[in-house]
Amino acid sequence: MFLLLPFDSLVANLLGISLTVLFTLLLVFIIVPAIFGVSFGIRRLYMKTLLKIFQWATLRIERGAKEKNHPVYKPYANGIIAKEPMSLEEEIKEIRRSGSSKTLDAPEFELSDIFYFCRKGIETIMDDEVTKRFSAEELESWNLLSRTNYNFQYISLRLTVLWGLGVLIRYCFLLPLRIALAFTGVSLLVIGTSVVGLLPNGWCKEFLSKHVHLMCYRICVRALTAIITYHDQENRPRNGGICVANHTSPIDVIILASDGYYAMVGQIHGGLMGVIQRAVVKACPHVWFERSEVKDRHLVAKRLTEHVQDKSKLPILIFPEGTCINNTSVMMFKKGSFEIGATVYPVAIKYDPQFGDAFWNSSKYGMVTYLLRMMTSWAIVCSVWYLPPMTRQPDEDAVQFANRVKSAIARQGGLVDLLWDGGLKREKVKDAFKEEQQKLYSKMIAGSHEDRSRS
Amino acid sequence: MGSRASTLLRDEEIEEIKKETGFSHSQITRLYSRFTSLDKGENGTLSREDFQRIPELAINPLGDRIINAFFPEGEDQVNFRGFMRTLAHFRPIEDNEKSKDQNGPEPLNSRSNKLHFAFRLYDLDKDDKISRDELLQVLRMMVGVNISDEQLGSIADRTIQEADQDGDSAISFAEFVKAFQYL
Repeated sequence: MFLLLPFDSLVANLLGISLTVLFTLLLVFIIVPAIFGVSFGIRRLYMKTLLKIFQWATLRIERGAKEKNHPVYKPYANGIIAKEPMSLEEEIKEIRRSGSSKTLDAPEFELSDIFYFCRKGIETIMDDEVTKRFSAEELESWNLLSRTNYNFQYISLRLTVLWGLGVLIRYCFLLPLRIALAFTGVSLLVIGTSVVGLLPNGWCKEFLSKHVHLMCYRICVRALTAIITYHDQENRPRNGGICVANHTSPIDVIILASDGYYAMVGQIHGGLMGVIQRAVVKACPHVWFERSEVKDRHLVAKRLTEHVQDKSKLPILIFPEGTCINNTSVMMFKKGSFEIGATVYPVAIKYDPQFGDAFWNSSKYGMVTYLLRMMTSWAIVCSVWYLPPMTRQPDEDAVQFANRVKSAIARQGGLVDLLWDGGLKREKVKDAFKEEQQKLYSKMIAGSHEDRSRS
Repeated sequence: MGSRASTLLRDEEIEEIKKETGFSHSQITRLYSRFTSLDKGENGTLSREDFQRIPELAINPLGDRIINAFFPEGEDQVNFRGFMRTLAHFRPIEDNEKSKDQNGPEPLNSRSNKLHFAFRLYDLDKDDKISRDELLQVLRMMVGVNISDEQLGSIADRTIQEADQDGDSAISFAEFVKAFQYL
């Protein structure tokens, strides 16, 4: 069969031509703008179109649900219990006051005290602040992705057709395009930085390294169809500082690094990640740790301090939560990066979940599955706020400083500010917290002059 | 394009639970999605570990006792009906219920049932009496290591003295209810 039939050669020709056209379009509309950092505005137009479609779909769902008398939205999306926070002492006093007729000047134990703990416990079973941060946020209205469909039953033929069309577009058109772009971006990064690494240290190397990094990250941003709005860019991190941000997914790195030139910190991985890490460190001094070194907090602190003290080195990018949280709240910041004494540049990142949820639930999905889910969503839309720099005041310690930065980030991004540790995703809560509750209660019934509590 | 959580809870089941516990339709669906989010094993039942994964419950000094109250005698798993039945004890009494007929079965969140729930938290061996030891155990759970044995003992003695009326140095359910006369 070494003679192609005329029909087959025609098909082969057409295929060749269409691929060439596609490639040229790709190059002109996506890669070249990425290199120069300009934008044609195609992605924003896409986003506006999608919003109109979602609005129409939501109206249809509401109308359909009213006809069939089904509840559409999940009730009490933010919590089932409405209460104002009161201290342990106040609440127990209230229970006692409503229970007994005695006057309360001797606050000793009453049988009714048990109701306080009972009620608190049952309330947290009904709804608590922590466990819901470790799974994807539930949307109020449907965005035509079956993965976010919790409550929306079959409404109409038109909606189903639209959903089917969406599947076709996402999987057959957008996904191959995005994979091609991602491939281009990553390979350019590895090759580019390795080549730049061969140059002698100096002004030229730095300039090229910066632009290679930026260019490749911008291509990756387009590979995810990420539509990012940067606010307050005059507060962008400078050399010798530390940039801290809330963590929702590995994509955070790409989003921040496509707008600024940072030194990354992290553990060396194997596989493709490792290849990328080893390549980029040739062009500019990122801080990579071996697996064994990560446990040694002093070593980590020492290397970071050395890095920030050298004013010519780039700002470090750190995510102090230590794990991915679902972007509705900010959890405890680990104090390590706040002890170093450098200027901290806080950054708040807030994703719009309507176009695609960026949260990486690492206990549910591996990295590859996660990236595929990202690439088959409509888009990743987010806002980045650069907050003014903060330094540690002389009268606060590292923990208080960390909390201050965390509150600023939470306030800007519209996230809930929690004191709980993100590590609770995998580990049990420390007993010290229970002991604190017990201490509070014993202080109340034993009275302060008889307090025999061990400190 | 089917949905996930809601279709697993059929309308007839929701009606039954509504009748038994008094929760509204939307409250039941909300609590059902809470139940499924706690159910990490996705087998339709909760185990003790599922409860202990809630940090705010794990730091509650009486957390373990409260968790135990959900599980029927000798069992390690609780299904959604059992979950709702226990939660129903704490549903606030609404005004339109106060004048319901007295002949029907007592609602789960009646005052008496609430007190019975609390009584069972104290009474571990289920002999319908709270002995001094059982009271001491619960007190120890609530105060931790911060109060000495003697002081705790005297608090327990005083409490039993005040509530005990038939002189058996233990608190029966009737005496327990009397102590909460105005609650």
